[in-house]
Amino acid sequence: MQAAEPPRTLIEKIWARHVVSEFGDGLSLVYVDRILLHERGGGIALAALSRAGRAVRDPNSVFATMDHVIDTFPGRTGAELVPGGAEFIDALRTGTAAHGVELFDLGDERQGVVHVMSPEQGIVLPGTTIVCNDSHTCTLGALSALAWGIGTSDIEQVLATQTLVIRRPKTMRIRLDGTAGEGVTAKDLVLHALGTIGAAGANGYTIEFAGALVRDMSIEERLTLCNMAVEFAARGAIVASDGKTFRYLASTAFAPKGDLWRRALNDWRKLRSDTDAVFDKEVAIDCGAVGAQVTWGTSPEDVLPIDGGRIPEPAQCRDPVRARRALSYMGLAPGAPIAGLPIDAAFIGSCTNGRLDDLRSAAEILKGRRVASGVRALCVPGSTRVKRLAESEGLDKVFTDAGFEWRESGCSLCFSAGGESFSPGSRVITTTNRNFENRQGRHVRSHLASPQTVAAAAIAGRIADARTVREGNR
Amino acid sequence: MMTVEPVVRVTGVAAPLVRDNIDTDLIIPSRAIRMRKDGLGASLFAAWRFSGEAGEENPAFVLNRKPYRHATFLIGGANFGCGSSREAAVWALKDFGIRGIMAESFGNIFYTNCIANGLVPVALARTVIDRLAADIERAGEGRHSFCIDVESCTVRAPDGSVVPFALPSLYRTMLLRGLGMIDIVLEREAEISAYERRGIADRPWTVPARREGERRQ
Repeated sequence: MQAAEPPRTLIEKIWARHVVSEFGDGLSLVYVDRILLHERGGGIALAALSRAGRAVRDPNSVFATMDHVIDTFPGRTGAELVPGGAEFIDALRTGTAAHGVELFDLGDERQGVVHVMSPEQGIVLPGTTIVCNDSHTCTLGALSALAWGIGTSDIEQVLATQTLVIRRPKTMRIRLDGTAGEGVTAKDLVLHALGTIGAAGANGYTIEFAGALVRDMSIEERLTLCNMAVEFAARGAIVASDGKTFRYLASTAFAPKGDLWRRALNDWRKLRSDTDAVFDKEVAIDCGAVGAQVTWGTSPEDVLPIDGGRIPEPAQCRDPVRARRALSYMGLAPGAPIAGLPIDAAFIGSCTNGRLDDLRSAAEILKGRRVASGVRALCVPGSTRVKRLAESEGLDKVFTDAGFEWRESGCSLCFSAGGESFSPGSRVITTTNRNFENRQGRHVRSHLASPQTVAAAAIAGRIADARTVREGNR
Repeated sequence: MMTVEPVVRVTGVAAPLVRDNIDTDLIIPSRAIRMRKDGLGASLFAAWRFSGEAGEENPAFVLNRKPYRHATFLIGGANFGCGSSREAAVWALKDFGIRGIMAESFGNIFYTNCIANGLVPVALARTVIDRLAADIERAGEGRHSFCIDVESCTVRAPDGSVVPFALPSLYRTMLLRGLGMIDIVLEREAEISAYERRGIADRPWTVPARREGERRQ
């Protein structure tokens, strides 16, 4: 009989394939298959390499796009709106040209928010390692890649050496089981998980999302799920690939073709956690009773169900001091219901929820209805491709007829990207991933939710359960 | 090649900011980020340090009070530096004069960004963090001094007690000698090249495919 190999997790298998060398104390040198860059840090790293007289080791493995600084107004031309923004854009253009790196610039049909663009182009493949100068790079684990957000100094190092020094990951499996309620999305499930585990709950871990609900999710939903992993302080997140993954990738531009594709599939089908694999930590969440979720505070862990959820007493929170400050910042009192809270603005988009199905699910609510008077509402598609596909289905018309602005793709009002912020002090419901103080503008109060919930709130003019809006008259 | 100033031993005042989940948006707002690494200290913790449209100082915030205005260290809670990967958060802290941060835990990306820029991240148990913060209160503002010693991986508290902290030896060497990661990694060039040959043979599909006509020479 063959000696049995010890069972391993999916994370450990991909990790083991990429270790080049060891530095001790848990630090390894790992090989990086893909480097993604955006203009907020990509130009800085490329310019630093040029100054040091170094070359990009494998320009074919590097892909750059514009999303963080560019604005999203129709007919946009540049970045004069962000203070000093033009410099960032110029640096990425100059740097990519000098080093022979592919850039999906403004006007390129492939341009988009980096974590929306890279899966749809087939740049992200199962079993690969990927880095980007952006914390939400964990999104890409949805396609079974080990993907890490890193700083610009580390990007510079990976560009020069094709390797990254990183700690061996601790592994955590989060199982999402049970039958999700009607209209409950991946965003609601991940917000619920955040409320359960906490914003520091996975610090140092790489999460494998598993369980029946994850298996049932589309690739777009898995991208939403993994996108929020960094909000648990996780180093990364991953979902095992399956038939959905392979169908999603089959028609993409940069995925392998022909015989290489068949060989890749043979390999990818074996890439999963062994049955007896041991994780450093296991968390099981029964999502049977979970409904639509929304955040009340200034950390993504401050989560409530919309239906029946009431603002908590600080004393009941993980960190009562922070909770008191959050309540004061958000202008909320303990005990009040979260549903019915009036909003000033609604935002649909971002690397969390800017994909085609997100726009479809919001449009389903918006069709034949109007945004409440006094509410500013925007939809910013996650990529130029998403925008084109949405327009081919007439979704742009649904959004504009409802009173939404329809924008070009980019990060936009998720933070002050493109130089725009919400009005000081306004209350915003948003499909993005961070409700941090002042992130969407000076003293802006952000409530995170799913595209359906944001659409419903835009119509109602207050935080509302999408079911009640859907059942109401048009 | 030396890329940052070596850090062996740093002594100074520590400002207590013991809150969990202090994110990098708070440390430096996106709007304040520029192509430069210097000058960002003026926008450090902008929303907490300044108030109103005119941007007058908020006298209650710790870094606006004597002697913390010239603090060398911060004492934070859990998950310090979580959120956005922006390295500008570390550049802003350094530009302000912060040389080390003692906290219960750090955002993973922020921690590595600190090492790359010669800012010392010191992870300590929450009981120790709470005791150090209490020591500052007891000593009275400014009448205390901390020392972070990278050589011995210890913190000397104002009461003279010495607390050890963990630091991988690679990071310790980088801090002590002011080394950048590229030079350290390039010493392993032979291993990287060997891996590349093996990896492409084992998994040729990981080389990005390109559509017809787009393949670069």
